[in-house]
Amino acid sequence: MTDLKPIAALGGTTPCIEVIGDLTISEISDRALASLAARAGAGPSVAAKMKALTGLDLPEPGALVASDTWSIWWMGPDQWMVDADHASHELLERTVKSAVGSEGSVTEQTDGWCRFDITGPSSEALFERLCPVDLQSMGPQGATRTMIHHLGCFLIRLRGGCAVLGPRSSAGSLHHALVTAARSIA
Amino acid sequence: MSINRLTGGLIDHNAPVKFSFDGNTYEGRGGDTLASALLANGVRLMGRSFKYHRPRGVVTAGSEEPNALVQLRTGGRQEPNTRATTIELFNGLTAKSQNRLVSLKFDALGINDIFHNFLAAGFYYKTFMWPRAFWEKLYEPVIRNAAGLGNLSLEDDPDCYDKGFLHCDLLIVGAGPAGLAAALTAGRAGARVILAEEDFLLGGRFLAETGGLTDMSAADWLAVTQAELAAMDNVRIMPRTTVVGAYDHGIYGALERVADHVPIPESGRPRQIFWRIYAKQAVVCAGGIERPISFENNDRPGVMLAGAVRAYVNRWAVTPAQSVVVFTNNDDGHRTARDLIAKGVSVPAVIDVRVDACASAGDIEGTEVLAGAQIVDTKGRLGIKSVTIRLANGQTRVVPCCAVAVSGGWNPNLGLTCHQRGRPVWNDTIHAFVPGADLPVGQLVAGAANGVMSTHGALKSGAESAVQALANIGIDAHPAEIPRAEDAPLSITPFWHVKGAKRAWVDFQNDVTVKDIRLAHQEGFRSVEHLKRYTTLGMATDQGKTANLTGLAVMAELTGKTIPETGATIFRPPYTPVAMGALAGRAVGREFHPTRLTPSHKWAKEQGAEFVEVGNWLRAQYFPRSGETNWRQSVDREVLATRRSVGVCDVTTLGKIDVQGAHAATFLNKIYANGFGKLPVGKVRYGVMLREDGVAYDDGTAARLAEDHFVVTTTTANAVLVYRNMEFARQCLWPDLDVQLVSTTEAWAQYAVAGPNSRKVLQKIVDATFDISNDAFPFMACGEITVCGGLRARLFRISFSGELAYEIAVPTQYGDALMRRLIEEGAEYDITPYGTEALGVMRIEKGHAAGAELNGTTTASNLGLGRMVSKKKDCIGNTLSEREGMALDGAMALVGLKPTNGDIVLAGAHLMNLEGPVDAAHDQGYVTSAAYSPVVKSSIGLSLLKDGSNRMGETLRAISPLDGSDVLVQVVSAHFVDPDGGRLRD
Repeated sequence: MTDLKPIAALGGTTPCIEVIGDLTISEISDRALASLAARAGAGPSVAAKMKALTGLDLPEPGALVASDTWSIWWMGPDQWMVDADHASHELLERTVKSAVGSEGSVTEQTDGWCRFDITGPSSEALFERLCPVDLQSMGPQGATRTMIHHLGCFLIRLRGGCAVLGPRSSAGSLHHALVTAARSIA
Repeated sequence: MSINRLTGGLIDHNAPVKFSFDGNTYEGRGGDTLASALLANGVRLMGRSFKYHRPRGVVTAGSEEPNALVQLRTGGRQEPNTRATTIELFNGLTAKSQNRLVSLKFDALGINDIFHNFLAAGFYYKTFMWPRAFWEKLYEPVIRNAAGLGNLSLEDDPDCYDKGFLHCDLLIVGAGPAGLAAALTAGRAGARVILAEEDFLLGGRFLAETGGLTDMSAADWLAVTQAELAAMDNVRIMPRTTVVGAYDHGIYGALERVADHVPIPESGRPRQIFWRIYAKQAVVCAGGIERPISFENNDRPGVMLAGAVRAYVNRWAVTPAQSVVVFTNNDDGHRTARDLIAKGVSVPAVIDVRVDACASAGDIEGTEVLAGAQIVDTKGRLGIKSVTIRLANGQTRVVPCCAVAVSGGWNPNLGLTCHQRGRPVWNDTIHAFVPGADLPVGQLVAGAANGVMSTHGALKSGAESAVQALANIGIDAHPAEIPRAEDAPLSITPFWHVKGAKRAWVDFQNDVTVKDIRLAHQEGFRSVEHLKRYTTLGMATDQGKTANLTGLAVMAELTGKTIPETGATIFRPPYTPVAMGALAGRAVGREFHPTRLTPSHKWAKEQGAEFVEVGNWLRAQYFPRSGETNWRQSVDREVLATRRSVGVCDVTTLGKIDVQGAHAATFLNKIYANGFGKLPVGKVRYGVMLREDGVAYDDGTAARLAEDHFVVTTTTANAVLVYRNMEFARQCLWPDLDVQLVSTTEAWAQYAVAGPNSRKVLQKIVDATFDISNDAFPFMACGEITVCGGLRARLFRISFSGELAYEIAVPTQYGDALMRRLIEEGAEYDITPYGTEALGVMRIEKGHAAGAELNGTTTASNLGLGRMVSKKKDCIGNTLSEREGMALDGAMALVGLKPTNGDIVLAGAHLMNLEGPVDAAHDQGYVTSAAYSPVVKSSIGLSLLKDGSNRMGETLRAISPLDGSDVLVQVVSAHFVDPDGGRLRD
């Protein structure tokens, strides 16, 4: 166990949580991420192996699948993002790679991203000010790529809100955009 | 009570609102616009015209207003060219008239009007020809100062603006009778509906008219309808929202004025929101715009459109004056007379150009209808005092009055229907253009906007269009039942201008008269687009909404063509002006673009680092220490400390691309000019990438972590470009290769640890199970290791500084802690953090090419890397790099420069021979990078020099006319430090 102390994307030792009106914007720093791409022609086999690992079918475009432990969303043709709890799955990339072997390309993504969960009744109104995604027609298991404040982000539907994953180095700018938009409406 | 205030209307008579105009304080009522409140107070004079500075008053009651433009608010919030007709009155509102010198009543530039004969259309094209140099320095500034409209305060706008995105099945533009019927229909069908209305009240012409519905009052129907719509979750009602543009794929731009009706927006809230609306279908119910008739001196304050007068009387309970004559060519004008008389306003005469006016419209109790008559002149400098009428029998009569209500018929509001270059078609019944068949995809038009001029027709076509629009997207709907409404056929005789007038205004905003159009015709500017440019007809903030058709009609008369043959000009968005702030949204100031912070940013800030912007990144430029008084001292210290012992620098910003797949090595062989197929696992190789044209565009390293796994690094500047090009190559050029790419630039915090003691420092943090001795981990080795008690990390033995050096990477969340640990563990070796300046100095000392050398014009061979372009394999750019011109004898080569007598060599200076002319034709090359080297103890430079490799030792002049410098330099090797590379391998 390393004695180096991690910091959250916004720079704090604990994640930042802001309540603005009826919205709560929570920095999430306890998730592990690994991207998975099926190698040429290995889609079905990778899907079967991931099913064996997670119990989940790999999702279709625009969708996310989840269990208590895992969630997986589509991020490109034959490409998915796998998400699990950081404390129990810090080495997620290795876990997934072990499962798919040479049929999949797996890359650690945990620290490539910062994540903010936005919950509250005004969350749909918030995203109207941020990105061109139609949350109303997205459905409860939706996950998509979009631009927020010039940043390529993932937008994931959560119960009562949304999660935004953006480039970690721009966590401050993304957070600023979220907070500013929240103050605009909340 | 204000002198022109009437009873009734839709204003709150019990809510006084104080405001000021040109320094005078007035009182209006809640629900007033600035225009209605000024009229109520007897203020007819609201502005001065664009060119002749003629006194002008309000003409319309909507966003089409050409005349009543004011400067609203003060300081940073000052906004020029705001239409008084659309400004909702609020307490404390401050407005000023504009485009006048001294005062509105006495405008010194009114002298232009006296010289109007010299100032006709095109005068400045002809007049200000000589001397040529005077145009920019004298004529243009003077003209711009005299003409034009309001002024900017030049202060920052203190307000914020949002941008947003909305989605719907059906967008309804306009909430008049047609729009409301469409909204009811679509709302009841369960469709997602957006109902956008420019006004702050829904209702459109219902708000301005007394009749309309026959079985119930329009107000009652409006109230019921609005309540029903408001209760529907699927209907979004957006008042104060102007749809300003129809774009591709059913996208509409809309400006919502959230806080323009209050003194200042609430803190954090936007003043306006610029919405992008994604609509599967749209019904444009934008109504119509009345057109004036041109007659002599028809621009005096008090001359207004008849429909606007009705709106002021019925909605705002205000009459423009106590005595109003009506001038019309259709029945609509008679309505105005009736409504005025019903409110007790004197109407001395209704002047109707139609000889059969009485048969058509009937007599009006309380006034005289003068059939077959025309207004031939008006009097009253600052406001109309009388009109001169030529009666049907040819006699003239002067009628005193203080306002004229003019109706020349109604034009469908075509803007949105034509924004994609749609051409309107002529309709002989209403004598106006109506939308053609080439509407934007997914758009329908209903009501007056489609030429349907009766209330019944508007309601019916609104409901039916909604049914049709929803059917187009598979939603069943039934037309909402509509109330019984007036359905009178239109009776109009086309009449555009009174013949023989000397100066009859067509376009009030641009001071274009019938005479100007005649002049344009005379001089050959007969096409409508030429007419527009020559006379400025239809330009500026109102885009000729009230003027264009009359202008076309006059031109048609002159050319002997019909109006449809003459054609209309192109309509372009925005429909009404949009503030630049609304287009910018929140992307202003420091938020213009996102900022990227490095993993060590927090720590570097604590150290007092100076930061520099590198693209979106903020990188530590240098770390000043106490006692250092300028940056050079800090940078020299950082360089010397690194070369003497050890330094550490955050290099996370370099792009990192994870390349995996069975064909990863084959893929990289094609991407890089040099070979990667045989790179052993556990090794790094420097690589150069070429563009398709053979020019070098990026360099970096690729580390092979496994047979099927590489990590490619790119320059900071090109991280995105290289990734994008690689994705293009993977997806489009070689889709059969089994390769997967993903960017991991910011997933890893990466630090360069450089200097003779770098290994010793790293050995203190790398876990003991990993041997990083020179034998076990030689130059260009790489590996996955653990540090600080088991944290996964990557180690690369590569060097940009020319010293024994490593780059170490850990997951970014540990980056801050790793930097602190390196500093702590390196203390015994005096480890020194260094920034981008020292990094730059050291790479120049070492002679490494960077962005200044990879400048888009240089080949690998220019950079001394020619041998890296492998001829044993193909790669992007390989073939074109062999072009004859790319490998000429005497081509540019990268060399070092050293001033011969302690001078400073500057980047950008050009190299000239000692003897011979100094000009572009004799240019020998240029300095790409320069720095003071604390190691060489001199200014040094890198340069691209013709035949450079064969000119070592030669002395040249480095000349920079921009800096006024002329320095003697000697050509030396680009490698000032450790030319044989021994330090790298120690």
